[in-house]
Amino acid sequence: MTTATNIQPDYNMKVVRQFTLTTILWGIVGMSVGVLIAAQLVWPALNFDTPWLTYSRLRPLHTNAVIFAFGTSALMATSFYVVQRTCQTRLFGGPLASIVFWGWQLVILSAAISLPLGYTTSKEYAELEWPIDLLITVIWVLYATVFFGTMAIRKTSHIYVANWFFGAFILTVAVLHIVNSMAIPVSMSSMKSYSVYAGAVDAMVQWWYGHNAVGFLLTAGFLGMMYYFVPKQANRPVYSYRLSIIHFWALIAVYIWAGPHHLHYTALPDWAQSLGMVMSLILFAPSWGGMINGIMTLSGAWHKLRTDPILRFLVVSLSFYGMSTFEGPMMAIKTVNALSHYTDWTIGHVHSGALGWVAMVSIGSIYHLVPRLFGQQGMYSTALVNLHFWLATVGTVLYIVAMWISGVMQGLMWRAVNADGTLTYTFVESLEKSYPFYALRFLGGLIFLTGMFVMAYNTFKTVTAEEGSIKPQELA
Amino acid sequence: MDFGTFNGLYTLFLIVIFVGLILWAYSKKQKQSFEEMGNSILDDDLDSTQYESTSSEHTGAKK
Repeated sequence: MTTATNIQPDYNMKVVRQFTLTTILWGIVGMSVGVLIAAQLVWPALNFDTPWLTYSRLRPLHTNAVIFAFGTSALMATSFYVVQRTCQTRLFGGPLASIVFWGWQLVILSAAISLPLGYTTSKEYAELEWPIDLLITVIWVLYATVFFGTMAIRKTSHIYVANWFFGAFILTVAVLHIVNSMAIPVSMSSMKSYSVYAGAVDAMVQWWYGHNAVGFLLTAGFLGMMYYFVPKQANRPVYSYRLSIIHFWALIAVYIWAGPHHLHYTALPDWAQSLGMVMSLILFAPSWGGMINGIMTLSGAWHKLRTDPILRFLVVSLSFYGMSTFEGPMMAIKTVNALSHYTDWTIGHVHSGALGWVAMVSIGSIYHLVPRLFGQQGMYSTALVNLHFWLATVGTVLYIVAMWISGVMQGLMWRAVNADGTLTYTFVESLEKSYPFYALRFLGGLIFLTGMFVMAYNTFKTVTAEEGSIKPQELA
Repeated sequence: MDFGTFNGLYTLFLIVIFVGLILWAYSKKQKQSFEEMGNSILDDDLDSTQYESTSSEHTGAKK
């Protein structure tokens, strides 16, 4: 850190630096696994007939790595940075923050080993077995202690809105994880466990968890990022602070009810399905309220987009957020869901949120953070940030367009019936037709991953440069 | 009171709270303090690095 100009709180930036760098590392790892399994769908021989490399084991590794290693590292880095800066105080709990960092790396490592070995609860996004679940619980409680402890000892009179979103994310994820992971181990020496829930209740608990992992981890947490880094990078206050308050309460009050839309036309009672559908439709309002609040922060400063690729990342991420939060409620309508469910359309929807929103807002925030954390005035190369921006955008668009076409096609082929009531197409016919789109999806993912390598190189050059030697640059 | 009536009243209660929240957030009395909160993250005199204070000048931040 360079010398302070005024009397400063002695911030704990070490843990922020650690999480920032591991965000990039785990991003590359998680997305590489994603590209590999995308390739396996085109060239099945790529599992090399090895059990550890089969699609069924690597797919949960991909989702866990990008959500809990890449995404959550980004959230931990930014939440620890933002809570200190906006509360004007050092992180609470001394060495606790460091324990959170190393503990979380241990969780990631356990996942990276146990999932390819085939240990799984088979609950989507909650595949990790019970010993790892217990470790997650401990680390998460420590994370909450540090975060809320810092808020409690703040030097400012108010709690800035970004912290409300981070706080809601931390609290809700704790509740979701504990409730959904309730399981009884077969024996204390066995990794295998059985959920305490059964039947439709199990399904409902799982998707209450699953959808709120999306709603609170992948949405509320990243909205916290938005409310700090978009105003900071644009150098303007958020468009409407009042709207942010309405946004917060409306979003967290409604999201929690939307889970049943994952279970349309299943054994779940009809009324619960309809409730999930209606709540998902209502959710459109707070989602777009928040997106507009973020994008309008740039009103009067749109010209900055011409010279600042970091701002481009942040604003385009909000556009993708708007797009996928429009698409989501539409897909939650039962008649639309009858077409889209179980097809690639769902995968496309998830990735427009995951690549377009979550990854891009994280990448933009990390580009904002890296120079500040390593005593530089800018990234090593703004041109490379811009290159990354285009790789990420083109990769995301290719990916989701491929999945849209493939998904709608699959939905139409599966429901087509002949005059006598028999199915027009076999499943294999629809699979054959999907191949070109799987190839396109692989290409989109590969382009997005290439951008991550550009980021790693740019970060490496920034971090290793002599302190203060990099001057701010603008795009020509 | 049966379950349905309770649910109806509870929903009504939540609506009242939510409308109250909107009225509070958009009341004239709160306007200034919310604007200050929005601006608070840009008041970077308390920044931890020398670089950031110079960078704010560079981009023309209102101090």
